[in-house]
Amino acid sequence: MSEASPPALEARALTRELPGPVPVTLVRGIDLTIAPGEFVAITGPSGSGKSSLLYLLGLLDRPTAGTVLLSGEDTIGSSPDRLADLRLARIGFVFQFHFLLPEFSCLANVEIPIRKLGRLGGTAARRRASDLLEQLELGEHRQKLPEQLSGGQRQRVAIARALANDPPLILADEPTGNLDSRTAALVFDIFRDLAHTQGRSVVVVTHDAALARTADRRIHLVDGRIEG
Amino acid sequence: MALPLALDIALRHLLHRRRQTLVSLLGVTLGVAFFIAISAMLQGFQRDFISRIIDIQPHIIVMDEVREPPRQPVERAFPDAAILLHGLKPREETRGLRGARNMLATLEEASGLHVAPALSGNVLIHFGGKDISVNITGITPDQERKVTHIEKDLLSGTLDALYTTSNAIILGEGVAKKAGIRKDDLITVVSPAGVMMKMKVVALFSSGITVLDNFDTYVLLKKAQVLQNRPNVINRLKIRLDDVEQAAPLAARIERQFGYRAEPWQEQSRNVLGIYVIQNAIMYPTVSAILIVACFGIFNVISTVVFEKTRDIGIMKSMGFRDSDVRLVFVMEGLIVGIVGTLIGWLIGWLLIEFMASLKFEMEGFVKAQGFVLYRTPRHYLISGGMAVLSATLAAWLPARRASRLNPVDIVRGAG
Ligand SMILES: Nc1ncnc2c1ncn2[C@@H]1O[C@H](COP(=O)(O)OP(=O)(O)OP(=O)(O)O)[C@@H](O)[C@H]1O
Ligand SMILES: [Mg+2]
Repeated sequence: MSEASPPALEARALTRELPGPVPVTLVRGIDLTIAPGEFVAITGPSGSGKSSLLYLLGLLDRPTAGTVLLSGEDTIGSSPDRLADLRLARIGFVFQFHFLLPEFSCLANVEIPIRKLGRLGGTAARRRASDLLEQLELGEHRQKLPEQLSGGQRQRVAIARALANDPPLILADEPTGNLDSRTAALVFDIFRDLAHTQGRSVVVVTHDAALARTADRRIHLVDGRIEG
Repeated sequence: MALPLALDIALRHLLHRRRQTLVSLLGVTLGVAFFIAISAMLQGFQRDFISRIIDIQPHIIVMDEVREPPRQPVERAFPDAAILLHGLKPREETRGLRGARNMLATLEEASGLHVAPALSGNVLIHFGGKDISVNITGITPDQERKVTHIEKDLLSGTLDALYTTSNAIILGEGVAKKAGIRKDDLITVVSPAGVMMKMKVVALFSSGITVLDNFDTYVLLKKAQVLQNRPNVINRLKIRLDDVEQAAPLAARIERQFGYRAEPWQEQSRNVLGIYVIQNAIMYPTVSAILIVACFGIFNVISTVVFEKTRDIGIMKSMGFRDSDVRLVFVMEGLIVGIVGTLIGWLIGWLLIEFMASLKFEMEGFVKAQGFVLYRTPRHYLISGGMAVLSATLAAWLPARRASRLNPVDIVRGAG
């Protein structure tokens, strides 16, 4: 890796403890570097801290020790508003549950992050959202409400939304957990494509060992630590 | 043309729970509409009453009374001492303004005002087997017409008939009605001094102020002095000003200068004005209560929305909405309910006023009126709208703040 381009994502000694009478450690001492264009799978038993790690990497949660660097920018002292802005412009989240806003059509859902960022005007935003849905083969469903779609279709709309602002980093937490194996494989193909042909860094949490094997690299968590 | 994002989300939230939104909208609408209608009605009556009072009554009445009892010689000698006096006896005064002619002359010299002397007292009117007690006021028509409205209120006859007919009397319409008296009837007037006089009714008046019409009668000053057996006595000076606003300060100055009690019009009508204060004190809390209920409605809807939308709040935040962006969405929802409710409330309030204005009926309270006297002013619209929008925003603020503070990790984890 040349010095000119910093890693897309870097975690240094990342630890997250929940305070309380019996403190719970979600993750501890995670060191991690992910390059642009890399497709990484995070695996591990239930309760091992996969989701917790992803929230930290996605700047949704703050570590109690250590730090996350996004394209070389250290976020240790960043304000909540700065973190929100980074999430908006640089990170795309996909969750197990699709999390689409039920009152908005698919197209409108994908438009939301674009409108929020405000770099594209109304028509350009609409065209970009439309193109994304087209790429994910959802063109004919753009005016439907989320409740009118199948689970796999919803998940693809959620992926389109995560891509809306063209983020260099995509984080997905069990995006295929609710899907049948054929659809799950399709979704994984999409993620691999996002990394390999579009040069984004993609981190996917999954239970599915077979799918995980298709990734460039696997990170196995046990009890909040990276194993192996 | 796309809406701003926060407004778009807020509107969709509200439109997706139409029934609740309508109920809270209705609350705001009713509060605003009632405020406008009731304010127009109450202030209409009040302003009408005041303008009639100012039009009809003298602006200041100087009376043959003093505000405080005269100080005893011993009190004057030791002004700072605590003095207890026993066995004080009031002096039997021949009541009346002493030096009234001088006062009259002094006041007449001042510009911007007219003065008229009067002697008022009580008499009994006897007619057709009925006795009614009335106020009788001895006046000088030439001066009186410049000071009170009496001449313009005459239903029949003239004020000058007091000069041209001997033993002439003018009665309030209500007085005449009570005893079945008509113009040109001869009536018997008996005074507390024991003087009895046959008098001819030369005119009736109706001022629209109920108490005046039901109890007041007028005769020549000279006749009143004879009736009351108080030759040359004057016990009232009535003053009319070009500028009503000067009534209170001038009255105070007259009191200081002459020592007699001088009542400006506000003080003469203090009973009625006091009732208006009470009316307002009842109305404003009542209307505010409606708005408060509306606020609970708004608070309720938006709290429910925040609760139901917890998941969406989590996703909005994970997408990169700042806390303040999330708060804005929900405050906007209150604002929308407040503004839309206000606009509909304005329309309904306006319609209510026009409806009330179209009603015609006879009524007699403090004043006589045909239908509602309504006061229309943009102020009522601005006040009600301001209160509604402000309280709607406040009602939305609490749930909005709670929404903005939700931790997206808790939400995403819980729903995952
Ligand atoms: N708010 C909390 N209070 C206490 N313990 C918690 C809390 N949140 C998470 N944990 C615990 O932290 C650990 C890590 O949770 P996390 O959700 O990251 O695991 P995971 O690897 O994603 O599991 P899964 O595969 O089931 O999704 C678990 O043991 C969980 O019970
Ligand atoms: Mg998990």
